Amino acid sequence: MTAAIAPQSQAPDDHLHESPWIHRLSSLRLTSLAVLTALVLGAFIVALSDIDKVKHGDIGGMLTTVKDSYVALAKGAFGSWRGWSETITAATPLMFAGIAVALGFKAGLFNIGATGQMLAGGMAAVWVGFRFDLPAPIHVTLALLAAIIVGGAFGGIVGLLKARTGAHEVITTIMLNYVAAGLALWLLKTSEFQRPGRGDPVSKDIHTSAKLPSLFGFLDRSTLEIRAHTGFLLALAAVVLFWWLMKRSKLGFEFRTFGANADAARYAGMNPGRLTIGAMFMAGAFAGLAGGSEILGGVTQNHATTGLAGNVGFDAIAVALLGRSSPWGTAAAALLFGALKAGGDQMQVDTGVPVDLVLVIRALIVLFVAAPALTRIIWRLKDKGTEGGTPLFRGWGS
Amino acid sequence: MELELRGITKRFPGVVANDDVNLTVRGGEVLALVGENGAGKSTLMNILYGLYKADEGEILVDGQPVKFTSPHDAIAAGIGMVHQHFMLVPVFTVTENVVLGVEPTTSFGRIDIGSARTRVAELSREFGLHLDPDAMTEDLAVGIQQRIEIVKVLFRDAKIVVFDEPTAVLTPQEIEDFFRIVETLTAAGCGVVFITHKLKEAIRIADRIVVLRRGKTVGEADPKTATQEALAEMMVGRPVDLEVDKAPPQLGDVTLRVAHLTVTDANGRAHVSDVSFEVRAGEIVGIAGIQGNGQSELVETLVGLHRAAAGTVALNGEDITTATPRARHRLGIAHIPEDRQRDGMVKDFTITENLALTSYYAPPLSHGINMQWDTARSEAERLVEAYDIRTPSTETSTGKLSGGNQQKVIVARELSRNVHLAIASQPTRGVDVGSIEYIHERLVDLRDKGVAVLVVSTELDEVMALSDRVLVMFGGRLVANLNRADTDHNDVGLYMAGAKGDFMPGDAPGDATPGERAS
Repeated sequence: MTAAIAPQSQAPDDHLHESPWIHRLSSLRLTSLAVLTALVLGAFIVALSDIDKVKHGDIGGMLTTVKDSYVALAKGAFGSWRGWSETITAATPLMFAGIAVALGFKAGLFNIGATGQMLAGGMAAVWVGFRFDLPAPIHVTLALLAAIIVGGAFGGIVGLLKARTGAHEVITTIMLNYVAAGLALWLLKTSEFQRPGRGDPVSKDIHTSAKLPSLFGFLDRSTLEIRAHTGFLLALAAVVLFWWLMKRSKLGFEFRTFGANADAARYAGMNPGRLTIGAMFMAGAFAGLAGGSEILGGVTQNHATTGLAGNVGFDAIAVALLGRSSPWGTAAAALLFGALKAGGDQMQVDTGVPVDLVLVIRALIVLFVAAPALTRIIWRLKDKGTEGGTPLFRGWGS
Repeated sequence: MELELRGITKRFPGVVANDDVNLTVRGGEVLALVGENGAGKSTLMNILYGLYKADEGEILVDGQPVKFTSPHDAIAAGIGMVHQHFMLVPVFTVTENVVLGVEPTTSFGRIDIGSARTRVAELSREFGLHLDPDAMTEDLAVGIQQRIEIVKVLFRDAKIVVFDEPTAVLTPQEIEDFFRIVETLTAAGCGVVFITHKLKEAIRIADRIVVLRRGKTVGEADPKTATQEALAEMMVGRPVDLEVDKAPPQLGDVTLRVAHLTVTDANGRAHVSDVSFEVRAGEIVGIAGIQGNGQSELVETLVGLHRAAAGTVALNGEDITTATPRARHRLGIAHIPEDRQRDGMVKDFTITENLALTSYYAPPLSHGINMQWDTARSEAERLVEAYDIRTPSTETSTGKLSGGNQQKVIVARELSRNVHLAIASQPTRGVDVGSIEYIHERLVDLRDKGVAVLVVSTELDEVMALSDRVLVMFGGRLVANLNRADTDHNDVGLYMAGAKGDFMPGDAPGDATPGERAS
């Protein structure tokens, strides 16, 4: 049998001999270059932001503005305990919600509903937090579980709708974001949730026993500005869990197969409906934890408002894209976004450069990551068919 | 007109697709360009048609160097191309499809469909195409649709016509008709380039045969003296055994029993109508038929991807009509799907992952909720070795392998288990000659081990070479159930075309009508 085939020399297929590591390195390089490109472009925008200096043609002054701004940005993010704390505080929900979006991408689902799932999880956590009186470790655990289950259920609805009726998740997640916002507003005005004596939608405060401990508790307790909480450790644990799920578990293999080629998944005997529901439940659970950790970590001053999810749900999409939906990439992207948030605030205080410019830089980063061809042209990289060869996610219209 | 390609070289990152290729076609002759998939035939023709730019070399028309930057230039120079996949609008008439892009207009830019229709009718008569200019394209059989493509290039005054794998979609009888059209073309002074990997056809029709291997012209052959074996050796670079050697079958019990199976689509249209047959342990049953006569739906139903509307499927006496694909996998059904890129593998996955794709759910590849990747990797290494999969590593992504090696990954995965029934759909489509030989050997091996093997192929040669028994599907029905020894290519070809066929006992007329093409 095999002996019938004489050894035959193959054409030299050089591109075959690249190890996965090379692939990973080059995609890391491409992402780094995208960040660098965005920072350079951002520098021009910052330079132009000082109208007076532009008018006078003060090149030196403009350069100083740029330098001062970026120094303030870096200092604001990493220059002090407070900087680190702010970076981590901003990164924590992004990490959870980023995983919620990344997991969806991996399973071929575009989860735009992290906002709604986060609200659902946050509302569940705040309710458990003020409703019960329990010993600290049990109370906070229960509150987190509530966030996981309610967030997961909210995501699971999307999966169920898709599996049963074929309703597209992009539509249903967007709509469920509105449902979550409306429900939260209504709940916050019921006597069960609303803080006595208030007319606006603000919940009661959670009990101290439901709080997540401070991350830098070993520092002087009186420095109230150190907000970072142990939810960050949970977020890191979630990253590890996401990694294990995708790389080591049977379910993750099914998710990945389904996401990369739904026909092959069916052919291999996998159950598309079950996978859709499962992936959306898990995504919702991670997003729910984003809401729960914001509440229980005290970031929202221990109570819930309708604004509890903020922009995190949408920023999470950018985080997942930037991190190429990989566990470590998503974690790194969340930290980068957290740093830009913390540093941007400081930059505005120190140099008067508006924080909105940081948002522009952030958007540019995602733009360059999402358009690898553009980055490649700018840096004159050759497309060896390995870098960013696969789109970040497939078209969702089909 | 004379067309010459001189010293054409085209490089892609990591690959030299064409390496100093020289080629000449004169009016009135047929040049067959043969080579395996990936030998550079398509690249060369895309350069000729202005779709790619050559890195080196030049194109000469009647001795004058020309530059093609788009297909427009090539068409203007008198070169026409009939692609393997037709570029026709189904809801247009023949004439409308022909003039698409070069519509003759009268004053105020109105389309002069009348003069176009006259011209189409003239061309049809002149070249013996028997085309009705007013027929709706979607109503026509594939062989007729191909003639629209031919009129399209003639309408644009092509003097050199390139056919890319033109016979892949035709029945044996349609292929003969096609050859007659080619002869008419050359008699009228046109030059024809015939791209194919079917050596028999190249020998049948060509005046000269040029063989490409790994981007280079490795030889030219005279069809009067060349043999298929010699050409195959030139193509592959080593001797190839084109015959499948096999001993007489040792028949066992009935493994697969299909009774009165009917399969309909969402619209209630029957794609498989009242089909009954059996496959015994130790025999290879081949299902012949032109693409779209219900074979795909039949196979999908046998493996559980499609629900049966009526009838039963039984494996070793156990009714599995409603069993899930996973349940059938557990019961020992192996499935090599017809479209490997769509169903059979995940291109971005590593070879290890693709080898685990259908058995991942149970030990030893997984344990509880955990995948056992170390076991999967060592198993993959064993299979890469045993099935001669040419790859630098088991961790290479499968999409980077050649078609033949991708198919070997699937064959290794499906046939390395203990199975009772192996269903192989188009097992060698788009696969190089060397791998075809190998895959055929594995299927015969399996048969000799007492496995029931069902081979579905639109390549009649493949069905005839492998099968102990030949079934023919036409219009969703089984129209023939023949012993291989009692039949020949011509006979089966007639059944495939629907020209012959007393329906099998038990077959009742269904909804599918002859000529209807399930898509």
